[in-house]
Amino acid sequence: MTVATTNSPAEAETVTALPPDEIIMRAVGMTKLFPGTVALDHVDFNVYRGKVNVLVGENGAGKSTLMKILAGVYQPTEGQLLLEGQPVTIKNPLDAARQGIGIIYQEMNLFPNLNVMENIFMAREMTNGRLVIDKKAQIAQTEALLQRLRQSIKPDDLVADLRIGQQQIVEIAKALAQDARILIMDEPTSALSTAEVEVLFEVINDLKANGVSVIYISHKLDELLQIGDYVTVLRDGRLVDEKPAGQIDVSWIIEQMVGRNPASLFQGRDHEVGDALLRVEDLTLPRVGGGYTVDHVSFTLRQGEILGIYGLMGAGRSELFECLAGVRQGATGRVWLDGEEVTAGTVDGRIKLGMYLVPEDRQRDGLVQTMSVADNMLLPSLRQYLNRFVLSRKKEKEAVTKSIKNLSVKVANPNQLITSLSGGNQQKVVVAKSLLTSPKVLLLDEPSRGIDVAAKSEIFEIMSRLAGEGYGILFISSELKEILAMSDRILVMSKGQITGEFAKATATEEDLVAASAVGHGLANYKNGNGGNSHDPS
Amino acid sequence: MTQANPTVVAKRRLTGLDIQEILLRGRAFIALIVLIVVFSLLNSTFLTPANIVIMAKHVAINAILGIGMTFVILTGGIDLSVGSLVGLAAMIAGGLINEGLVLPMFGVIVYFHVWAIILISLLVGALLGAINGLIITRFNVAPFIATLGMLYAARGLALLRSNGNTFPNLVGRPELGNTGFPILGSGEFLSVNYSIWLMIIFAAVAAFVAAKTPFGRQVYAIGGNERAAELSGVRVKRVKTIVYMISGFCAAMVGLIIASQLVAAHPATGTFFELNAIAAVVLGGTSLSGGRGSIGGTIIGAFVIGVLGDGLIGLGVSSFWQQVIKGAVIVLAVIIDQVQVRMQERAALQRQQQAV
Repeated sequence: MTVATTNSPAEAETVTALPPDEIIMRAVGMTKLFPGTVALDHVDFNVYRGKVNVLVGENGAGKSTLMKILAGVYQPTEGQLLLEGQPVTIKNPLDAARQGIGIIYQEMNLFPNLNVMENIFMAREMTNGRLVIDKKAQIAQTEALLQRLRQSIKPDDLVADLRIGQQQIVEIAKALAQDARILIMDEPTSALSTAEVEVLFEVINDLKANGVSVIYISHKLDELLQIGDYVTVLRDGRLVDEKPAGQIDVSWIIEQMVGRNPASLFQGRDHEVGDALLRVEDLTLPRVGGGYTVDHVSFTLRQGEILGIYGLMGAGRSELFECLAGVRQGATGRVWLDGEEVTAGTVDGRIKLGMYLVPEDRQRDGLVQTMSVADNMLLPSLRQYLNRFVLSRKKEKEAVTKSIKNLSVKVANPNQLITSLSGGNQQKVVVAKSLLTSPKVLLLDEPSRGIDVAAKSEIFEIMSRLAGEGYGILFISSELKEILAMSDRILVMSKGQITGEFAKATATEEDLVAASAVGHGLANYKNGNGGNSHDPS
Repeated sequence: MTQANPTVVAKRRLTGLDIQEILLRGRAFIALIVLIVVFSLLNSTFLTPANIVIMAKHVAINAILGIGMTFVILTGGIDLSVGSLVGLAAMIAGGLINEGLVLPMFGVIVYFHVWAIILISLLVGALLGAINGLIITRFNVAPFIATLGMLYAARGLALLRSNGNTFPNLVGRPELGNTGFPILGSGEFLSVNYSIWLMIIFAAVAAFVAAKTPFGRQVYAIGGNERAAELSGVRVKRVKTIVYMISGFCAAMVGLIIASQLVAAHPATGTFFELNAIAAVVLGGTSLSGGRGSIGGTIIGAFVIGVLGDGLIGLGVSSFWQQVIKGAVIVLAVIIDQVQVRMQERAALQRQQQAV
């Protein structure tokens, strides 16, 4: 059922048609396995000398993994790196720095307890005669760097005292100080203001002029086209295509990122939507340091309804789910389930009432890696398998066998370790866990993240079936096509608030994107209908 | 049908790894057998019944402490206070027997029956364990620190109880109706010492709880991934608190056994016992990071330590060298533990690669 063209790396033909830009670094056939997932599957990637090489893809497409291999953080399971045409192995980040590869990580790697200068020269201190740090020289160089970045930060400012955007600038200064030939920037602008982005772009152009090759990762698509020279698209750990930025536009990128129209793979089945099942009123979660992570959210979920929740990273969607599941203490507001007001405030209490959260991060929040498939599945519902005080092996086995069959989990033996399963099957185990607690409302946070296409459609199939059986399903997705195909109704969140509500029949991608940008002051997408036009009320 | 093939392939190719894994997992048991064989070859009196009984009594002390410690370590915690709780429980029991409970406001001294004294001591152990647990779960104090605090505090209380003196001759007085305490340490059933029976009972109950009850499963889950356990509805704080209560209870039991065996309670009883208990747990293959391990392993670990110690004494090895050897064995066990983790990961990845 998958479309054939998606897998063929078309890189060879597209590159030859261009003026021959020189390739400084090349990754050939990169494969990286993690327990349970194939993060990269034979990916080729070219870095052109003195250009900005953009890498795009959805979350879980493998961008960060690929970058971490280039930076020596991970070793590839298979594949070869070529630097200036010569095969190289990059043993560790220090080795990468020695070979002229610098990286600015997505998650910041600064020491908040040290000052700006100390951070910039961490592990590469300038010294007087090997032992004593040459503070004067370091300060002079730090000042020069910060001036180049047009920042008013002082070298002896404590990093903890800087704004996030400023910290990002320090991170950039740190990479610049290493005189990298190749500079990897993993979402460098995610925390920057517009003015700071402008400065960053000027610096990047500067670097290019000095022959530095930049690898640039970002989710902000219009930004990519503004700064990029070459665009490489990854999807589900595979290379989709590589093209010069001049030949493409935003819609091409989206198409390549999302690939085949997901709507053709999984279609929300028609099912009866019943009475109100879950009612939420004024749910609010204060943020440490002022403001709200979840800002007075109210909505209703009906029986048999799939209610999609769309939004950007940090819009408060996962936090909303955590409030509903009882994870977040300190949340206020009222919740009714089946007409009864929910008073239990703990995870345990909410599970008993029938609300179960399937978390976004399977590895961190969903599974106990030291336990078997069966033990993981049964963990939330152990009480059901008791004969008096003793767990009955027979009852346990029955439940496991039924769940495995019900969700067609591919597992040779339920007693094998959970980490030996593929990502998609692990996700099914997490869903199975939830179903065994006999929930009424399922809270699925990015249930399709990081799993392959076939598993995705299976998960969606299961969601449709469950909705048909009368479960109420709330589900978060950052993938527009998925959420449009699967949801009966869609809520859009931005900055903790619900900024849009759409019925399945009338929702469009543009509507969702516009509503998700409310309050961000971002550049509006081409159709220009960003703004408050979709406020619910 | 495509399912069957990869698993068959996996089985055939992984035999080498599998054998290594089995050897690694059974390492404590193998080590125990090797020790017994070596010592009995070098020392003809090593396997005499009298010597075995002495060894088993020593083992029982570490094993019972290790059982409580296993639950704690399975959740990813540690309990440094057990040695001090041993001493405190002994002092409480000794004090109640020799001096009774003085109630100045009523002007009376209450002498309890021995059974009540045992029960009170055990409850105090569990209560102090609960305090450990509450400090750890409610105030977010690292288990190492919280129980280190208890190590000092409980030892101090034990010393305060008698101003640092020993309660001697804990036989009780017939006219007060509190005789019989020494029977716990010296009594026998089927010519096996009570302390050994207690070890067997504690081990059986603990192994059952760990393997067959929701509580046990939840202990493993918390050690494996605390956050996932919490999101699965496990009441993490409660389970953790109970785990420290179990450890305190086991420590009090050991304190009573020792006081009864010596027919005296000394406030320094149990000093450094926490280290033996941790060593037994680690030797038994329980991971200090939590989530992996078993009660059976801990019992074997306790036997390894006991046999090693008594065997070296029997050979006349100096007590200074004994310490060096014990230390080396414990560190070696942890190194092997790390090797096992890495091997399991590698094996899992290999299986996956073959399945792709």
